[in-house]
Amino acid sequence: MSEHHIEVDVNGAPIRAVVEARRTLADFLRQNVGCTGVHVGCEHGVCGACTVIVDGKAIRGCLMFAVQADGAAVTTLEGLAGPDGALHPAQQAMLEAHGLQCGFCTPGVVLTMAALIADGPVSEADLHEAVSGHLCRCTGYQGILRAARKLAQASGEAAA
Amino acid sequence: MSGSSVVPGVAARFVGQRLPRKEDRRLLTGRGSYVDDITLPGMLEVAFHRSQVARARIRNIDLDAARTIPGVRGIFTADDLDGAGMRLYCLYGVPDARLPDFHLLAKGRVVCVGDPIVMVVADNRYIAEDAAALVMVDYDVEEPVVTMEQAAAAAPIHPELDSNLGGQVGMPDDPEIAEIFTKAAHVVEGTVRHQRQAMSPMEPRGVIAARQGLGEMLIYLSCQSPHMAARFFQDGCTRPDIKFRVIAKDVGGAFGLKVQPWREEVATVAAALLLGRPVKWIEDRLENLTAACQAREWDIKVRLAFDDDARLLAADVDYQVNLGAWPMTADPGILTMMMMPGPYRLPKLAFRGRAWYSNTAGMAPYRGPWLSETVGREALMDKAARQIGICPVELRRRNIVTREEQPHTLPTGLTISHVTPRETLDQVVGKIDLAAFRAEQAAARLEGRYLGLGVAVYIEPTTMSTSFLSSDVAQIRIEPNGRVSAVLSTHSQGHGTETTMAQVIADELGVAIEQVDIYEDDSSRGGFGPGAGGSRQAVAGGGAAIGASRLLAAKVKRLAAHLLNANPEDIRIEGGMVHVAGVAEVSTPLQRIAETAYFDPDRLPSDAELGLAAEYRYRPPPPFVFSNAAHACVCEVDIETGVVKILRWVASEDCGVMINPAVVEGQIAGGVVQGIGGVLLEQISYDAQGNPTAATFKDYLLPTAHDVPEIEFCHIVSPSNSEGGFKGVGEGGAIIAPPTLINAVADALAPFGVDCLHLPLTPAKLSRWIDEARAGR
Repeated sequence: MSEHHIEVDVNGAPIRAVVEARRTLADFLRQNVGCTGVHVGCEHGVCGACTVIVDGKAIRGCLMFAVQADGAAVTTLEGLAGPDGALHPAQQAMLEAHGLQCGFCTPGVVLTMAALIADGPVSEADLHEAVSGHLCRCTGYQGILRAARKLAQASGEAAA
Repeated sequence: MSGSSVVPGVAARFVGQRLPRKEDRRLLTGRGSYVDDITLPGMLEVAFHRSQVARARIRNIDLDAARTIPGVRGIFTADDLDGAGMRLYCLYGVPDARLPDFHLLAKGRVVCVGDPIVMVVADNRYIAEDAAALVMVDYDVEEPVVTMEQAAAAAPIHPELDSNLGGQVGMPDDPEIAEIFTKAAHVVEGTVRHQRQAMSPMEPRGVIAARQGLGEMLIYLSCQSPHMAARFFQDGCTRPDIKFRVIAKDVGGAFGLKVQPWREEVATVAAALLLGRPVKWIEDRLENLTAACQAREWDIKVRLAFDDDARLLAADVDYQVNLGAWPMTADPGILTMMMMPGPYRLPKLAFRGRAWYSNTAGMAPYRGPWLSETVGREALMDKAARQIGICPVELRRRNIVTREEQPHTLPTGLTISHVTPRETLDQVVGKIDLAAFRAEQAAARLEGRYLGLGVAVYIEPTTMSTSFLSSDVAQIRIEPNGRVSAVLSTHSQGHGTETTMAQVIADELGVAIEQVDIYEDDSSRGGFGPGAGGSRQAVAGGGAAIGASRLLAAKVKRLAAHLLNANPEDIRIEGGMVHVAGVAEVSTPLQRIAETAYFDPDRLPSDAELGLAAEYRYRPPPPFVFSNAAHACVCEVDIETGVVKILRWVASEDCGVMINPAVVEGQIAGGVVQGIGGVLLEQISYDAQGNPTAATFKDYLLPTAHDVPEIEFCHIVSPSNSEGGFKGVGEGGAIIAPPTLINAVADALAPFGVDCLHLPLTPAKLSRWIDEARAGR
C-alpha cells in the first residue's frame, strides 16, 4: 500500500501523519486524530453522520480520502464549541429543541447547519433542505426542524 | 414546544417538565462514547466472509490466499469456533417453537445470503476485509425458499427440522363463529401485506471482547441492556472460569435489533477467547442491510362481521410471518392474537398464526413487533366503513370500549384497564374538524385533487412484567458530598433515561436534577433488568427509582430527625436542604447530613447503618400496563404520479403521567416516522434466487426531513395503576402510524375503490392501481 505524508489542520491544531492512500478522511479523523465525534453510519455518502467541515464546506468524511485533505483546515464537532465551552448556535438550538435522541447522526446535522449559517443569513427552507441530506432514525426530524427554525430566526435577526 | 427551564437548586416538580436532556451536551460536543469509539491496546478487528448464495451445501473453503495477507492474526470457520466454548441460542423462546441448531458461523451449509462463513481477525479492519475478500468457497447451490408460499410447500431449509413451519398459535375452535359470519349483516374482508423492513439504527451493531486477566471477559457492546447481554453471553458460555461483564455507554439506536447479541457478536467473543487478545467487530452498513436480522414481512387476512347497526360481532384472522433463516424469535404472532380486538368490543375471535423459515435474513422483534393486529384491524375498520357506508370515526365510536366499561376482558383473555381510547379519538377528531375536512375534500375532488383523512386507534400492552421481564431495580446513594448516584437497570439507546430517571429521583429526594447522576451502562453494577424493550422503562425503571428514592428519603429523615432533635414526620427535603417544620433556623444542607452518615458514625442512632443508600426492585402490575392512542393524518395523493404528500398529522396519546413531555413526543415522533417509512418508502426485498436487492441507503429508502409532516401532539393523561402512574410509550408511534396513513391514502383514493392494503404504497404501485381502476370503469 502506498503511504503519504499529510498535514491537516484539525480544529485549529496542525496534525502531521503518514496515511495509506485508501484511508478515508473519516477513519483518519477518528483513528489517527482521535476525533470520535465523527460518526461513520453508512460509508457510502448517504446518511451524513460523518459530515465534517473542510475549508468551510460541509463534506462527507467517508467519501473523501485523508490524502485529499492534505493542507486543508477541518472542523469536527469537537471543535465547534467556544474555548470556554460555550455551545455554537447550532449546538444550542439542537439542545433546546430536543433535536437528538441517540446522538449518532447529530454530529453531521450540527456541522451541516454550522457550515450553512457561517456563510451568512439563511432561511428556514435553506436549513430544511440542507438537513434533508441527513438520515436520523430516532427523532422523526421534528426536533431537528425546530432547531432549524430557531437558527433561521436567529440568522434573520442577526442580518436585520 | 419550547423547553421550559428550571432554576437550579430551586424546589420544583421536575416530573412533567420539558427539561433539556442531561445527555445532550455530551452528544452535541462529540464526547459520546459509542462502541467503535473505544480502542484497546493490542486490539484486533474482524471482517466476515459471508455467503453469496441463499442456499447451498459448502463443498470446500479455501483459506490459502487469505492467510498470505500480512497482519492477519486468525482465520476461523465454524469448526474452529466450536472449541471456544461459546454458544448461540434464541433468548426469546416461544412455546412449542421449532428452532434450528444455531451455529456462530455456517456449518456445512449456508441458508441465506450474508450467512457468515469465515471470520478473519487482523490488525485492522482494512486488512481483515482484504483477507476476507480472498476466501474462496465452493458451493453446491440449491433452489432457495424465499417466500412464505414457497416455505409452506418446500422441503425444510434446516435439515434438522421436519418442515419450514417454525411455530404456530391459534384460538380454540369456536363453531359459533362460522354461524355468526353466515348471519351477519355485513362481512368485510381483506389481507394487509406488510413488506420486510430493516430496523436501521444509525449506529450499526458492534462489539469489543477483551479478556481481563484470567476470569473476566469484558465486553463493550452496542445493545439494549448490558445486564441482559451479560446474561446471554454467560448462559451461552460453557466455560465456568469466564465471567462476563458488559459495558454499553452511548448506543446509536437499536429498535429491537440489539435486543440480544447475535451470531457475529458471540463469534467475536469466541475469537477473543481463542486469540487471547481484544477483538472488535463493527458492522458496516452493507452487513447491516443484508445480513443483520430484519423485521415485519407478514400477511394478515382479516374478516370482520358486523350487525346491521355496524357493531362488531366477530373477527376471523389468519396471520403468517416470514422468519427468515436465523430468527431471534420464532414468534407465530402470540401478541398479535392477544391484542387483535384492540380497543373494540369484539365478542368472538378466530385466529390462526403461522411462522415460516426461509432462505432470507432472520427476523428480530422490531419496535411494536405485534403491530400487525393494529394495522390489520384498523385498515379493515376503514374498509368496513366504506363498505357499510358509515363514517369511520362513527364506526369506531360505536364499537370502542369506554372507561365505564373497564376493566374489560378481551376474548383472548387479556383484561384491559386504565385506558382512554374514546377520549384520544375524540381529541384528534376535534383537532381535525371532520365536517370542514369533508367539505374541503369534496371541493378538491371537483378540481381533480385527491385528499384523504385516516384515523386509527389502538391499545398497547406495555411493560410486560413476567418471566425475565418481571422487574427493574434501582440502587440509589446520597454520596458524602451530597450528590445523588443512581444505578439503574434501565438503558438508553436514545430514550433519554439519564434525564427522565433523574427527574423522577430529584422529585422524590427533594434535590436539584443537576445533583443526580444516573448510571446504567455496566452489568457489573446494579442488578439485573431487561433494559429497553416492550415500552417498559418509564414504568418499570421509574417505579424502581421512586421506590428506592422513598426508602432513601425515609433514611435521611430518620437521621436528620435524630441529628436535629425533631420528629421524622416533621422533616422535609427540598432543594437539597433538610428542613424541620416550624423551625426554619435549623435548615441543614443535605450534604451535611450525608457527610455525617458516612464520616461521623458516633453521631448516628445506635441502630442505624452507616451511609445513605437504598435499593428497590419494582414489579409493575402484571401482565401489562396498557397505554393507548389515536392518530389522524391528512394526505394528498397525486393520481398521475402516485406520490403521497402528508399534509397534517395529529397524535393524541395517553401514556399516563408524563415524566418529560418532550421525551414522550420524541418517542412518538420517531415511531410515527418509522411507520411512515414502512408505508411509503422502505422495502427489503429479495429476487427469486434469494439475493437481497436493497444493499445501501440509496436502495433502502429511509424517510428524510422532506418526507415528514410537522406532527401536532396532544395528550390525554390518565394515570395507570403503576407506581408513579406512568405507562409505556416507546413503540406506540410505530404501531399506529401505518394504519393511520394507509387509511388516509385509501380515503383519498376511495373514488377509485383502491384498498391500499399491500405495502409499501410506492408511487409506482399506487399509480398502477389507480390506472387499473380507471381502466376498469
